[in-house]
Amino acid sequence: MSVQRNDWSLQRKGQIDQDRHKERVREAIKKNLGSIVSNESIILSDGKRVVKVPIRSLDEYKFRYDYRKKKHVATGDGNTKVGDVIAREGEPGQGPGHGPGAGDQPGQEYYEAEVDIDEIAKLIFEDLHLPYLEDKAKQAVESTKTKFTEIRRSGILSNLDKRRSLIENIKRTARETGSAELGRFKKEDLRYKTWQEQMTYESNAVVIAMMDVSGSMGEFKKYIARSFYFWMVRFLKTKYDHVKIVFISHHTEAKEVTEQQFFTQGESGGTVVSSAYRLALDIIGRLYPPKDWNIYPFHFSDGDNYYSDNDEAVRLADELIAMCNLFGYGEIGEEGASSYRRSSGALLSIFKDRLKDQERFVGVRIDDKEDVYPALKDFFGKRGEQA
Amino acid sequence: MVDKEVKELEKAVEQIWDVATSKFGLDPFPVRFEVVPSAVMYEVGSYALPGRYSHWTFGKAYHRMKTMYDFGLSKIYEVVINSNPSYAFLLETNSPIQNKMVIAHVLGHVDFFKNSVYFSRTNRRMIDEAALHARRMSEYEFKYGRKVVEELLDAVLSIEEHIDPNFFIKRETARPEEEAVKPSRHEGRYDDLFTREEITKREAPWEKHVDEDKRSPSLESPEKDLVYFIMKNSPVLETWQRDVMAMLHQEMEYFVPQMQTKIMNEGWASIWHSRIMRELDLPTNDYVEFAELHSGVVSPHKGQLNPYYLGFKIFEDIEKRWDNPLAEEREKFGRRGGEGREKMFEVREIENDISFLRNYLTEELCDELDLFVYQLVDEEEWTITEKKWERVRDQLVSNMTNFGFPYIEVVDGDYDGNRELYLMHRYEGVEMDMKYARKTLEYVYKLWGRDVHLETVVEEEPLILRYNGSEHEED
Repeated sequence: MSVQRNDWSLQRKGQIDQDRHKERVREAIKKNLGSIVSNESIILSDGKRVVKVPIRSLDEYKFRYDYRKKKHVATGDGNTKVGDVIAREGEPGQGPGHGPGAGDQPGQEYYEAEVDIDEIAKLIFEDLHLPYLEDKAKQAVESTKTKFTEIRRSGILSNLDKRRSLIENIKRTARETGSAELGRFKKEDLRYKTWQEQMTYESNAVVIAMMDVSGSMGEFKKYIARSFYFWMVRFLKTKYDHVKIVFISHHTEAKEVTEQQFFTQGESGGTVVSSAYRLALDIIGRLYPPKDWNIYPFHFSDGDNYYSDNDEAVRLADELIAMCNLFGYGEIGEEGASSYRRSSGALLSIFKDRLKDQERFVGVRIDDKEDVYPALKDFFGKRGEQA
Repeated sequence: MVDKEVKELEKAVEQIWDVATSKFGLDPFPVRFEVVPSAVMYEVGSYALPGRYSHWTFGKAYHRMKTMYDFGLSKIYEVVINSNPSYAFLLETNSPIQNKMVIAHVLGHVDFFKNSVYFSRTNRRMIDEAALHARRMSEYEFKYGRKVVEELLDAVLSIEEHIDPNFFIKRETARPEEEAVKPSRHEGRYDDLFTREEITKREAPWEKHVDEDKRSPSLESPEKDLVYFIMKNSPVLETWQRDVMAMLHQEMEYFVPQMQTKIMNEGWASIWHSRIMRELDLPTNDYVEFAELHSGVVSPHKGQLNPYYLGFKIFEDIEKRWDNPLAEEREKFGRRGGEGREKMFEVREIENDISFLRNYLTEELCDELDLFVYQLVDEEEWTITEKKWERVRDQLVSNMTNFGFPYIEVVDGDYDGNRELYLMHRYEGVEMDMKYARKTLEYVYKLWGRDVHLETVVEEEPLILRYNGSEHEED
């Protein structure tokens, strides 16, 4: 039996392996844009710049049970009964696979990396570009900016460039007397800043964001739509000087709403998709003439439109497409649905079959958070390429 | 910590050892305590064995634990190794009371390691063995490249728990023709006596028995030990890669008993640390500090399962029931009373967590501990669905089966006559995580080199996942 205390100051094994791990993190971020893109911490970050994001590829993959389908056992505080809700999915700090707490499970945790949203944005946008950026962007708005671009020897005193004037003075005295000094100002020393009128052209885009808020659009589906719009707006802002967003939510009727309402409104009622398109066309007619604006309507729904409305929806969609740069439609499925359970007869397939101008239509199906990034690439990738 | 403090610690160790063995009858291996800074503590904690091979997963664990410590969120108090002599680590920033508690706790663990039948075959010189493994790993890294080794490790680690815990027993009853194929366990033990060239030239014994032309050995019965099976029969692995699998298999064999007895072992050590500390006759302040520490360790956490709490309560209950059996227990089972201590010691010798819970988790305990079953309802709410004690107990036991992992066996190593690997998940009502399954299949493919199949059940229907090196399919 002994007690020892040795010198561990040179011990670095943990640190070294930690560095190996950091490298993996960096690689993983690049490879995992798919899941980072739709991660709650970013989408709900409200403007924070550095966010913690769980990275799945640094999960240690094993054959394991689906945590969300298992029955778990835990202890309570003495008063529990059947029916008590002990936690909710989607709460901060929770995520799929993360129930209330690791109790009887082999320890599975996501690795959380700190990421700078702007850096992620850069990585994501690398692959994206703006579809159908028309010339109208260049003619859109003339605005004049004044820039002080020249230096002249004459001008008004309030525009005196003091620094340059001093320098000229020193130069002249150096020439004349041989020593660089300040003093004995002459008119010829003075320098003035002058401005020029510059014409700039600003490009304008308007995004018409439409969301189905009928009874079947639950938390998950709204969240998917939100993730998508988050990046879409960010991306458009890097390409256009001014991006306006119009928010329309609809069930059997459509209404223009604020951003806040758009993302948090409760859902109820049936689905009549054409109501949203009609309102969109109306707003475009009133406020955003296509000759001045690049228009990008996007619609998110779960595809379950009122059957007899489908014809009207297609007709209005055709109209929209005719005056817009690109019409996007995202169909969101049940969370966790695997590919072999896709429902047919939903709006997406109808659009694919019947819309006249398929070039300017992009429809995608999103079943899972991981599908958001590929959907972004579909919408914003190069035409003719599939992500 | 200053020399004087080390001396005091030594005295404390002696005193505690005395109480533990003479008064309470504990029977541990001799223990070497080492006082270390937090970085080392978390290092050993994440590697589980000092001097172990390197992998980024350890770095990840290290980072997480160290971060929790640095932020004051959690603290590892003890790290103890199952070996003879045993090694245990004390955090240099511990107070004397914390250290005493840890020492007492450690002695409980080491007694468990020594006396539990599940540990009887573990390699008590594992620290040396792990160091040898680490050396070989780094030689491979040097020879083949760090990335190559890391990718291999990633693949093997994905299935590392799928070994046969009864490996020891099986080998002893191996049939004569299998004797010649010595399992990896002994392979490479004397490698350090040979130069690297001699090792790679020397043919591994299993290679004598796996002929490329001959069909792979037919399976008389399904093989649960995925690691062993793939290591032996993979069409594509090189010798050094099989060696890596062998090392990992050996290390997992070593850890299996710890995984099988976590609740018991923590409960056992907690019971004894609390009793030993009481015997030490500490001044009130110290005792209060200890009481706080103890309750921090052994308290129930709502919505979780604290193994310390569970094990502690069950052992306490066993002692109580055997010290004072009810009248009908005396009659039916012949219990005499006053046998509490004896019964506890017997339990720690012969049970593992599953049998421990099945046999000794009573209705009263379930009520007292307020145990319940919960699951995700409507994809949104984690809801309590069951409180009937037998169902709760059965669910707990079921969750612990096979270390909480799905039971997967190789049923065919030559599927389709094409040397494809066919794995079967023994479905028992709980579905596997499909995403993880696909990713892991990719790793298995990497090790096997031919198409791999996994049959499981989803939504009551059989589903076969397939991976052929580039695409996933299913039907």
